Amino acid sequence: MLVKFFFLLRNAGLPVSITELLTLLEALKAGLGDMSAERFYYLSRTCLVKDEKHYDRFDRAFAEHFKGVEDIFSMLQRQLPPDWLEKLSVRDFSEQEKAAVEALGGWEKLMETLKKRLEEQKERHQGGSKWIGTAGTSPYGAYGFNPEGVRIGQEGGRNRSAVKVWDRREFANLDDKVELGTRNIKIALRRLRRFARQGAPDELALADTIDATARSGGWLDIKMQPERRNVIKVLLLLDIGGSMDDHVNTCEELFSAARSEFKHLEHYYFHNFVYEALWKDNRRRRNEQKPTAEVIRTYGPDYKLILVGDATMSPYEITHAGGSVEHWNPEPGSLWLERLMKHYPKFAWLNPVPQGRWRQTASIDMTRDMLKGRMYPLTLAGLDQMIDALT
Amino acid sequence: MSNEFQGTDRYIATDELMAAVNAAVTLSRPLLIKGEPGTGKTLLANEVARALGKPFFEWHIKSTTKAQQGLYEYDAVSRLRDSQLGDPKVKDIRNYILKGTLWEAFDCDTQPVLLIDEIDKADIEFPNDLLRELDRMEFYVYETHETVRARQRPVIIITSNNEKELPDAFLRRCFFHYIRFPDAETMTKIVDVHFPGLKRELLHEALTTFFKIRDTPGLKKKPTTSELLDWIKLLVAEDIPPEALRSDEARKLIPPLYGALLKNEQDVHLFEQLVFLNRRNSR
Repeated sequence: MLVKFFFLLRNAGLPVSITELLTLLEALKAGLGDMSAERFYYLSRTCLVKDEKHYDRFDRAFAEHFKGVEDIFSMLQRQLPPDWLEKLSVRDFSEQEKAAVEALGGWEKLMETLKKRLEEQKERHQGGSKWIGTAGTSPYGAYGFNPEGVRIGQEGGRNRSAVKVWDRREFANLDDKVELGTRNIKIALRRLRRFARQGAPDELALADTIDATARSGGWLDIKMQPERRNVIKVLLLLDIGGSMDDHVNTCEELFSAARSEFKHLEHYYFHNFVYEALWKDNRRRRNEQKPTAEVIRTYGPDYKLILVGDATMSPYEITHAGGSVEHWNPEPGSLWLERLMKHYPKFAWLNPVPQGRWRQTASIDMTRDMLKGRMYPLTLAGLDQMIDALT
Repeated sequence: MSNEFQGTDRYIATDELMAAVNAAVTLSRPLLIKGEPGTGKTLLANEVARALGKPFFEWHIKSTTKAQQGLYEYDAVSRLRDSQLGDPKVKDIRNYILKGTLWEAFDCDTQPVLLIDEIDKADIEFPNDLLRELDRMEFYVYETHETVRARQRPVIIITSNNEKELPDAFLRRCFFHYIRFPDAETMTKIVDVHFPGLKRELLHEALTTFFKIRDTPGLKKKPTTSELLDWIKLLVAEDIPPEALRSDEARKLIPPLYGALLKNEQDVHLFEQLVFLNRRNSR
C-alpha cells in the first residue's frame, strides 16, 4: 500500500525513509486519515515531510500521484505561450452546458486531440468551445468547466472546492534555492566554526578540579581553563562595482553575517578580477591599495579564502596582461588567482549569479575551471557546499 | 474532555494543524512545530494540554542546555561540599540526583503534554542525545543503576525557529508541521478570540494596515501575529478611532503606535519613505 507513492516521493528528491512510511500506515490504521482526501493529504505530509522547504516538492508529487497527469501538464505548459491562458474573464455555465460537454471520450483521446489542436491552433483564444484557452467549454485550458477537462496553467482557486490544497502549492517559495536573509547566512556560516581553548585561564574546569581534588585526598584543588573560542580565520575578497551592482544586497547580507560570525575575518575589495592590488575602503581605493603579494604574506595559509564575485567580464580581463578595465595590469589576473589558490589550500568562490545562467557567460566557465570547480552559487544550498569544500 | 484537539477558546487552529496534533496524540509521537516567530508555536502545547485536560510540563532550551539536564543532574559539587562538612546525607547518592523535566513528565500518572521549546537554540548535538529517550521513552540513570520508564507516553511538542538543521535521525522520529502565517480570514478569527468586543471597523482597518505593512518589500523584520495583538491592545487602550488608521487620510505618515509593529529604526525609516512615495504618486 502506498509503495508506489513512496517511491514517487523518493524520486522527487524527498528524503523519506521506510520508518516514515510505516508511521503513516500506522496512522492510517489508527483511523486518522480516512475522513477525506484533504485529511489524508495533511496526515501524509505531517508523517513524511520533515522540512518546510520540501513542502512544495511534496505537493507536486502528491498531485502527480493522485492525478497521474501532472507530467503531461508540465510538458504542455512548456509549449503553450502563457498569454493564451492568462485569466481574462470567468464564465459561468448553465447546467445544460455542463451536460453538453459531459464527456468527449477517454483520457487518452483527450490528450491526443489536445496535441492535434495544439498543432492547429496558432493564436490566443478565449471563450468558445473548441480551441485551447481560458473560460470556455472546450476541455482544454483552465477557468472553465468540463468535468473531464485538462487544466492548463490555472493559477489559483476560482472555485475553492475545485482546487485541491496540494495544487495551490502555497509553499512554492520555501524551497531551498531562494535567496538568503542575514540570519540564514549566519546559521550556514556557523558550520564553519572551530572551537579551541586559547588565552588566559578564566573558567573553572570542573572535571579537572574533581580529578585533582580526588587525587589530593579530598582537599579542594581548583583548576582553571581558558574560554572556548571560535578560531576559524577567513579572508574574504569581494568584487565591487560594475556588474556587481545588481547583487549588492545579497553581498551586503553575506558580509554583515560573516562579520558577526567570525572574529578573525579580513576583507578586501577587488574590481571584476583579482590583480596585483586590493583595497579595504572603496572611497580611498586609488591611494590606499595593498599589494596582493603583501596580503598573501600577512595572512597565513590557515586562513580560508572566500572570493565573492559574479565573474562576469570579458575573458581578456582574466587571461591577458593589461586586460583590466580600469588600470594597466603587468601580470594577468589568472596568475594572481593561481598564486592565491596555491597559498590558501582552502578556497572557494561564491557567485551571486543564478547557477542556471553560468553556462551562458564564458568568463564564469573559465574562472570555474581555474578554481577546479570550487565555485558555488550564493544561496543557502551553495553556502553549504562551500563549507563542505572549506572544511 | 474530548480526545480530539480542535483549538480552544483562546487558540485558533487550522485544519492542517489539528490533523498534525491529533496524529501526534493518537500515535504518541513527538510533534515538531516550525514557523515564523509569533505564530503561536509555544502557545500550542499549552493549549493542547488545556483542551485535552492533561498536565503540562515545559522545558525551555538555551544555547547552553544539555540533553542530560532534561533527564537528571548529578550535583557533584554539593556532595563534595557535604563530604567536607561530614554531612550524613552524603552516603546516599540519591540525595544529589535532581530530576529534570523529562523525568518528571515520565513520572506522571496520567498522560502529560511536554513542551520542548526552541530546540534549535541548543548545541547541534542536542537532538541526537535525546533519540532513545524520545523513541523508547526511557533512560538509564548511571549513578543509581536504574532505568526510568515513562508510565504514560507523554505527548511531546517540540518547537524550532530553524536556526539549526536538525539531524535526520531525530526528524525520522517526529511528526512535522510548519505553521504558515495566517491569512486575513484566520487572522480575523484570531483577533476575535483575543478581543471579543472589538469594533468591526477598527478591526478591519487594523488588519488592512497590518497586512499592508507586512507586504512592504525589504522589511528586516515583518510584524507577526503576536505583534498585531499587542498593537490592537494598545489601540484599544488609547481609544484610537478607526479613521486614524486610514493612512491616506490621516495626517501622520505612519500608523499610530507603530512601535508595536515595526521593531527597528531602519524599518520605520523604510516604511516612511515608501508611504511618502506612494502619496506623491497618487497625487
